[in-house]
Amino acid sequence: MSARHNSMRSGIAAFFLAIVAMALTAPLPARAMDIKRVVSPGGIEAWLVEDHKVPVLALEWAFEGAGGSDPKGKEGLANLVTTMLDEGAGPYDSQAFQARLQDNAIALGFDAGRDGFSGSLRTLTERRGEALELTRLALTEPHFAQEALDRMRASIMASLKRDLGDPNYVARRQFYATAFPGHPYGGEIRGTLDSLPAIAPDDLRAFVKGQFGRDRLVVAATGDISPEELGKALDIVFGGLPARTDAPAIPDATMAGLGQTILLPRPTAQTVMLMGQPGVKRDDPDWYAASVMNYVLGGGGFGSRLMEEVREKRGLSYGVYSYLIPMDHAAVVMAGGSTVNAKAGQALDIIRQEWARMARDGLTDQELADAKTYLTGSFPLQLGSTQSIARILLQVKRDELGIDYLNQRDRYINAVTQADIKRVAQRLLDPAKLLTVLVGKPEGVSPTRTVDGGS
Amino acid sequence: MPALFPARRLAAAGLLALTMTVAAPTAPVPFGAPPALAAEKGVFFPESFTLANGMQVVVIPNHRVPVVTHMVWYKVGAADEDRGQSGIAHFLEHLMFKGTDVIQPGEFSRIVAKNGGRDNAFTSYDYTAYYQNVARDRLEMVMRMEADRMANLKLTDAVVYPERDVIIEERRQRIENEPADRIGEQINATMFVHHPYGTPVIGWPQEMSTLTREMAERFYKTWYTPNNAILVVSGDVTAAELKPLAERYYGAIPARPVPERKRVAEPPISASRQVELRDAEVRQPSVRRTWIAPSYRVDPDRQAYALQVLAEIMSGGSTSRLYRSLVVDQKVATSAWLGYGPTSWDMATLSVGASPAAGVTMDKLEAALWGEVDRLLKTGVTEEEVATARKRMLAAAAYARDSLTGPAQTLGAALATGQSLDDVESWPVRIDSVTAEQVNAAARAVLSQTNHVTGLLLPPTGKDS
Repeated sequence: MSARHNSMRSGIAAFFLAIVAMALTAPLPARAMDIKRVVSPGGIEAWLVEDHKVPVLALEWAFEGAGGSDPKGKEGLANLVTTMLDEGAGPYDSQAFQARLQDNAIALGFDAGRDGFSGSLRTLTERRGEALELTRLALTEPHFAQEALDRMRASIMASLKRDLGDPNYVARRQFYATAFPGHPYGGEIRGTLDSLPAIAPDDLRAFVKGQFGRDRLVVAATGDISPEELGKALDIVFGGLPARTDAPAIPDATMAGLGQTILLPRPTAQTVMLMGQPGVKRDDPDWYAASVMNYVLGGGGFGSRLMEEVREKRGLSYGVYSYLIPMDHAAVVMAGGSTVNAKAGQALDIIRQEWARMARDGLTDQELADAKTYLTGSFPLQLGSTQSIARILLQVKRDELGIDYLNQRDRYINAVTQADIKRVAQRLLDPAKLLTVLVGKPEGVSPTRTVDGGS
Repeated sequence: MPALFPARRLAAAGLLALTMTVAAPTAPVPFGAPPALAAEKGVFFPESFTLANGMQVVVIPNHRVPVVTHMVWYKVGAADEDRGQSGIAHFLEHLMFKGTDVIQPGEFSRIVAKNGGRDNAFTSYDYTAYYQNVARDRLEMVMRMEADRMANLKLTDAVVYPERDVIIEERRQRIENEPADRIGEQINATMFVHHPYGTPVIGWPQEMSTLTREMAERFYKTWYTPNNAILVVSGDVTAAELKPLAERYYGAIPARPVPERKRVAEPPISASRQVELRDAEVRQPSVRRTWIAPSYRVDPDRQAYALQVLAEIMSGGSTSRLYRSLVVDQKVATSAWLGYGPTSWDMATLSVGASPAAGVTMDKLEAALWGEVDRLLKTGVTEEEVATARKRMLAAAAYARDSLTGPAQTLGAALATGQSLDDVESWPVRIDSVTAEQVNAAARAVLSQTNHVTGLLLPPTGKDS
């Protein structure tokens, strides 16, 4: 589930991520984007939006399906690798490598997601050679020194501990653990306080060897580079990786815990609410209808039905949202928000009523039309920076939507009909099936199960 | 003061990072210009003019995509509130979405969304800003609506009081539910004993619940006028294209007298202070110490630029002094930082902080952290450290213009806190001229003050390490 799962720190953050996810359902500016398919002399393919207006290159890549399932007892391995690739590589020790990045204003980063392992590079044109070389070293000659490993592990463990004090995080962990027990999606990508100490430098080496292969590689680039130059760059950075890998595939997952209401008591001022049920995957024929429906339900910020009913009319919450989470092996439609403890029952009832109303009545013609103009019109807003364009390209490529997708998306969204909305709302939304997690001291709620909230 | 309350939702999060920037500067160097690194004057290359009614207009052309960011900044924030009405600036910001004669309550955002745009607003101590990101052909539409609510906001009890519950929920969600934010609020309140920077932007809860429609209307009538506002538009538009629109919509609103900003001065404080928050929700303790520091505007000795260089040396990534010493070498911390942001109307603050490694007591961590501060005061930084930091800052700054919203945010905040466009455009040159001697003088001036506030965020007694 890529970065979406990883960084969903709060309801609010989740909301933005939903917007990001939604951007991919949105259309293209009137001025169509010229996307070139580049194949390097060594046979590595990338998509490129060439743009010489800014002396900046953004390179984004992913190893599809890499690192989604860490070895038993070594959960958190893939994420630990993301922190270690730039902690010394090739001729440079950790401090020297970091200094080269910083002195040259090169931003190199990695992210471990459930469905793949991704990387990103941003560099000024005049530092491009150095940037490509450092990236090559990180991917192919990382040191994985014990000292750096201990330091990074301590930092991750501190962040895990810190998060245990965050009710949004606690709700999310409980939700995924309940929804996907025994499946990698149910675990914590950063691992646990028990699993992290078990990881050794050799585990990191095995990970890189087994997971970074050109057969899983997807690349996108944007900015100040010609197709010929990009071809050479691809071979420099990725040419040294093995052609094939044989890491096991992750199995599909079926969501569990439907209809449960789980309470984690905490002495907090508010109750955090998180609920969800099976959603639609990105390649589902109902994806566009679901996106339009979700926009009206709770994906559209202030104008959404959930915001209108919970916040605007009643002042129950600062924010309440719904969002679609399409992963490779499962999908969830979720809602969340937080409210003062005394009114949690009321807020929850309203969310469930809106869930039922959408399933029963669908959208008005006006709502359908407005949702389409938003989803088709807001897309260019995503294209403000070199890196954001490269990220969108990479996602389209990872989702295998086709190189002309950005020019087709308006059409897909505008084709959604009232009948499509009805079908998808009835298929997806059933308040009786929601898995609900509450963290706080909610009043007016009857949980089916109470779990130790850690306080 | 780096406390912004994007009132309605956090859509501004990315933007906010810019003004709050601690170590890394946001400023920048042009697109298209010979790659960076040279310290030449010029960052955003804005165009600017002033309307007859006194409203300043800034345009930052960027023709990459046919979209624009349209922002209106009011030179008023939480530090301008009357005593007893804390939170009114932020409350009014929410209420600005409640309609006029021609726009129904809640309709503003719906119209923007229906047109494929996004909108939001945020409040800080020194300014309040409203923005929309839209396709360029919708610019006139949002200008018309924004100008309308500058002059014609219409509030009723029916829309005001449910919104008051919303801001109270916002406070619960963002501060009361988060121990790290609660101690931040307490540190501020302890640091500023008289100045309004000690009062939270969102307000104290007992006062938030007594805010009224009349108070909001009075605040609006007092401060929301074109001569107290700045229009900033970045994106696919030029000053020549924008000018007639700005004149038509904002220029039609008459100027009104605006009160002078009368902020009280801090009394002499000679005591160091310590606040401690113990809470069962704290699993990972931390310590932070805060000193008063100059801001860009209140900076007679031009120390703000030297302090930014200091922040880069002490805290700029994993080769910085604090990280190297506390995390890599001594292994007493999992993180260590120094933060400084000079963009405020009155004085700014500078803070250092750290979080302990497993098994390390807070005493030991503090000893190491204050040891680094002492070392800085005694032996100072070297010319080589300063040269490296300057080079990194100029290089990082080269990215600043590669964004639609970032430049508008940076320029708006700068102008609203008393900087000029020339100040912003001169940033690379000024950073490049900073010497080790200046860094050391500025570090001593700030860090030698003994009236600092130390904040400790701890688990309940007995669970310290």
